Order: sequence, then C-alpha cells, then structure tokens
Amino acid sequence: MGQNATVHVDARIPMGMFFTMTGTILMAFGLSTRDNTAVYVKSLGIDVNLWWGLALLVFGIVLLTLGRRGQSRIESGRK
Amino acid sequence: MPNLAASDWLILLIYFFFVLAAGFSLKPFMTGSKEYLQAGRALPAWLCGMAMLGAGLGSQELLGMGAAGARYGLVSVGLFALGSIPAMLFAGLFLMPIYYGANLGPQALSGPGTAPVAVRSVPEYLGLRFDQKTRALNAGLFAAMALFSAGISLYAMARIFAALHFFDRIANAWNLPPTGVLLLAMALPAALVLTYVLLGGLGAAMYNQALQFCVVMAGMLPVALLGLKKIGGWSGLKAVVPAGFLDDWSGMGHAGGHPLGICAAVLVVSVGIVLGGGMWCADFRLLQTAMAAKDVESARRAPLLAAAAKVFVPLVLILPGLIAVGLPTPRTTIVIHNENGAIYHEITIVPPAEEAGQGLVPAKADAATEKPVMGADGHALLDYEMATPSMLLHFLPTGMLGLGLAALMACLMSGVAACLTAFNTVFACDMYQAFLAKGASDKQILKAGRWAAVGGMFLSLGAACAAMRFGSLLGAMVLVFAAVNAPLFATLLLGVFWKRATGHGAFAGLLAGVAGALLHHGLALPQGEQPGIHGGWIAVLHHPRSEMALDLGTAVSAFCLSLLVTAVVSACTEARPESELAGLVNPLAERPPAAAKWWKRPETLAAAILLAAIAVSLIFL
Repeated sequence: MGQNATVHVDARIPMGMFFTMTGTILMAFGLSTRDNTAVYVKSLGIDVNLWWGLALLVFGIVLLTLGRRGQSRIESGRK
Repeated sequence: MPNLAASDWLILLIYFFFVLAAGFSLKPFMTGSKEYLQAGRALPAWLCGMAMLGAGLGSQELLGMGAAGARYGLVSVGLFALGSIPAMLFAGLFLMPIYYGANLGPQALSGPGTAPVAVRSVPEYLGLRFDQKTRALNAGLFAAMALFSAGISLYAMARIFAALHFFDRIANAWNLPPTGVLLLAMALPAALVLTYVLLGGLGAAMYNQALQFCVVMAGMLPVALLGLKKIGGWSGLKAVVPAGFLDDWSGMGHAGGHPLGICAAVLVVSVGIVLGGGMWCADFRLLQTAMAAKDVESARRAPLLAAAAKVFVPLVLILPGLIAVGLPTPRTTIVIHNENGAIYHEITIVPPAEEAGQGLVPAKADAATEKPVMGADGHALLDYEMATPSMLLHFLPTGMLGLGLAALMACLMSGVAACLTAFNTVFACDMYQAFLAKGASDKQILKAGRWAAVGGMFLSLGAACAAMRFGSLLGAMVLVFAAVNAPLFATLLLGVFWKRATGHGAFAGLLAGVAGALLHHGLALPQGEQPGIHGGWIAVLHHPRSEMALDLGTAVSAFCLSLLVTAVVSACTEARPESELAGLVNPLAERPPAAAKWWKRPETLAAAILLAAIAVSLIFL
C-alpha cells in the first residue's frame, strides 16, 4: 500500500482552545451577572453560565493536554 | 423572541472563527486529490469516530430526535439505539476491512502490473466488486440523495431560525421580506460550509464535525438537565406525560399495543437491519469518515468508538422533546395588581400557534395568518420539530444561549458538510475520472472535486428553495432514503458476503429497490392522512397504523425486493472467477492479524458496547 501522509496538527488542540475560550467567557459572564436574578429566571435560578462555563473550561484543558501529547507524538514521528 | 446579547454573539462568532480556521489552516496541505478527498488517509481512529458521530448528527437528526421524543415517547431512545449500534458494530467488525481495501489483491484494479489502489468511495468499491454500470447507477442515485438531503437540512433549520425570529433585527435593518429571512438563514451556513470544504476538503470537514459533535453535546446537555429539574425529575416526568410515553419496550408484544402499531419483532428487523444498515453500513456520507483513517485497524475502530458514544447520546437529545410535551402550555395571561391605588394590567401575549400546542411544542402555524393549522380530527397539528429549539430557548439564559445557537448551527453544518464532501468525492472519482475524463491527472481530479463542491452547494440550495416553496418535500427525505440506501445495503451485503453475486444482479437489485420503495409508498396510506406526499398516490391498498409504520414498510420493501432480485439475477448470470475477487469479499479477505491480548481486539470492544447498550435499555424497562 502507498505511504500515507501524516496528520499535521492533533485535532484536540483547536477543539481544546475553543472550549477553553468559551468556558472562560461563560464563566466571566456568569460571575459578572451572579447577582442579577432576572437573567437566571429561565434556568431555575441556577447560574448555569458559571457552572457550565467551568465544566467546559475543564473539558477544554483536558483536550489541550491530550492534544499536546498527541502533537509531540506526531512531531517525533516525522522524518 | 430571543434577545441576543453581546456575549451570545461573541460565542457564536468564536465558533464560526474556529470552523473557518480549520479550512484555512489545512489549505496549504491540499496538494493532491488524496489529501483533499480523503484527508490524506492519515487520521486517528478517535477523530474518525467523532467525525462519524458529528456527520450523523445533522439538523434533521437533531430536530428529528426531539420530535420523536415529543411524539412517541421514550421508546424513541430504544429505536435510535437499535437503528445505530448493531449496524455500527457490524460495519466496524466486518465491512470496514473490505471498504478500506487493506487486502486488495494485485489483480483488483486495471490488471496485472499496476499498483493496488484502495477504493476511495462506495461506488468505486461497487465498480471493482461488480461492474461499471452498477458503479454509475449508484453514483448517480447517491449524488442526488446527498444533495437533496443537504438542501432539506438547510431548509429544516432555516425554518426553525425564522420561526424563532433570530434574524429579525437584521431582516428589519435590511428590509427583507419573510422569504428573504429564510434565504439568509440558508445562505449563511451554506457559505460557511462551502468555504471550509473548498479550502480544506474532507480533513477540514472532519475536524469540524468532531468539534461540532462536542458543541452539540455542550449545548444540549444543560437543556436536558434543566428540563428534568424543572419537571421534577423522573417521577415528575412520569406524572405529566401521556400514558405509555415512558414505557420503553413494554406493550410491544403485539401490533395493537403501542402507538406505533408495530410489533417488536418487525421493529427489530426493520429498524435494526434495514434502517441501521442503510445508514451506518452503506451511506458513504458516514463511511467516508472511517475510510479516512490511517490504517485498517483504525478504520475498524472508528465505528466502534462512535457506537460506544451512541449508547448515551440519543437519551440526551430525545429527553428534551419528551420533557417539552410535559411542561405546561404557555397561555396569554393578564395579571392585575393594585399598587398605591393605581391598577396595573400586566399582559403576557402568547402567539395563537403556541397556545394551541402541547407543552412547549407549538402547533404548526399558517405562514400568512399565524393561526394554528388544524388537522382532520379537529385538533391542531403539532410542529414536533420545534420541540428541541423551544426547549433551548426556554431554559438557556443569555450567555449559554449563544452556545445553544452554536449547537444548532453546528449540527446543521456538520450534516451539510458530510453531504458536500461525499458528493465531491463521488463526482470526482466515480463520474469525472471514471467516465468523463478517463486519463485525468491528479491535479485535474482535485480541481473537479472542488468545482463539484461549488456546484453541489448551489444545487443543494436549489433543493432547499424547492422545499421552501413545497413544504411537503420535507417528508420526501424518508422516501429518498428508502429508495437509495436500503437497496444499496442489500446489494453491499450480498456483494461482500456472497461470492456468487454478479454485476447484473447488483444493477437489477438497485433498480428494483427504487421501484419497491416507490411502489410501497404509492400504495399505502397511514390512517388519518390525505393521499400525496404522505403516501397512497398510486392507489390506496394498505393502511399502516402510523406514519412511522409507513416509512419503515417502504424501507423494508425496498430492501427485501433488492435482496431478492440481486440474488435471483446473480444466480442466472455468470459469476466472476475467485481470483478476481481477492480482498473484495469477506470469505476471501485476509484476516487482519489478531491482537495479542484478547481485550485489545475489536471483537471484545464490540461485545462490551453491545452489552452496555442492552443494559441501558433494560434500565428503562
């Protein structure tokens, strides 16, 4: 079989970046509107921005870590 | 009517930036047709699996799952699992080694002396296994199906965006008529998808599909959790939804005992084998993600990993639909209070279509008068596809709302991108190179692929506009799937596992399948429907108990007829010698070397996933 080209960037890095950025924005917004009850009437009074933002931030960091490891493996595997 | 704040737009814009960035960053590497059409065949199994999940979660699937939950209850979870997990496990274990072409014999392509080339698409496999006319027929049918599906996906989501008034501010600023809003809602995602597909090919599409799957889950999981909390948890849900909605599999012993009107055995066969197989074993839009894997072991693992996720994903996406019908229906209210001697009337106006709905599921609204559309039995026809978006709007506050919208855009774009990349591969390999320009160079094939993407997107938009004009076209998608995919699965099954299957048989089988689907659809009409797009347009001979029963019947008819005709015609025509079939059929394929440790083998993973799926299903019994 012919030689297969190597993948150039581990996909988890851009994915991790997106979720880290989004998580941070949501958390920041959540923190700033924490005392504004009108915003959170919809979500039953829970500050979802803060908590889900935190969850996404953690998810993003996990992806970035996995991605960095994968990336170093890709780069060490190149000629 | 949602008010989108700056933070919502910010999240959406960041999402669009990442989606386009995938295209731009991969552009320099698009040096040949293999990089563009097949992502260089270099991707790891986990990425292929996530991309397969993302590609299989288009707007029709996301909206459809919520609609199924609202309409049929918890049994939808079982049905979606049944229609995906067994087929995906089957594809991973038995079909991917053949499709990936790891074991093609030296005689396989144009004769002795040429280097073995792995197939790049399902039609190309059919060309090698059977003959060029089968390849051409399948390529044509598939291309039509892919573009039509993309168009329907675009319109389905545009309709939702228009109904939720997302683009109202922009539309007012530019003085757009109502159709202008729909066109904008279709053109914007289409332009984004076309951009990143043209730049980065299948690789960009797959990177984005993996991201899009995560975004959809990130947007929908909070909605499911908040909805469950609002309705009072599982017991609260039981109290408010119609009886039978929460019974996953009970009442399925006989046809009469369930709203679908289908007994369990028939359901297992039709959903599990025909629908599941037609989608996960035969649909190139999904298979192309696994065929871009870096080696045959990764190609086998990709559908298995995707199947593992499918044990849980349908629940998250169907639950909001289920909860939506259980929540109280919004009503126009007038609250009067008396403050310091002055009397205040606080009026909350709810549009008539929403008031006529059930829970958060509004009734279908007549476009001109905004009044609810009435069905034959005097009740308003419910717009089930609005269940998921209504839940999203109802529960997500500013901030999260941006992520929710990104989720809606994400599923739309991943589905459309899958259609577009599959179309441009099939066009470049199975139409252009195979028949139009046989001696084309690699650069010419690459250019053909890119032009195909542009042309394909315009054709899809045309289909979307046709659906806009003739709303009933949305229902045609089921018929198209039954006519194209079900017979293809039958043909592929026989082709991979029966050495005796011949090209004449396959060709006749594919045609017979199309005929079977059309015949069944034309002769059957579910109770309570008018003849037309819902069936019975030839004559009404049969009354299935529900629309789903009709759809299943159509797919099963197409599958069985195709299987029968392929088998009979193959038996009557001359088979190819075994030496030519090396690597193309399962009995003659080299067994991939078994991994040393038993727990690393794909068979073990598949068995574990199957057990997990059954366990989850039993919890809900």
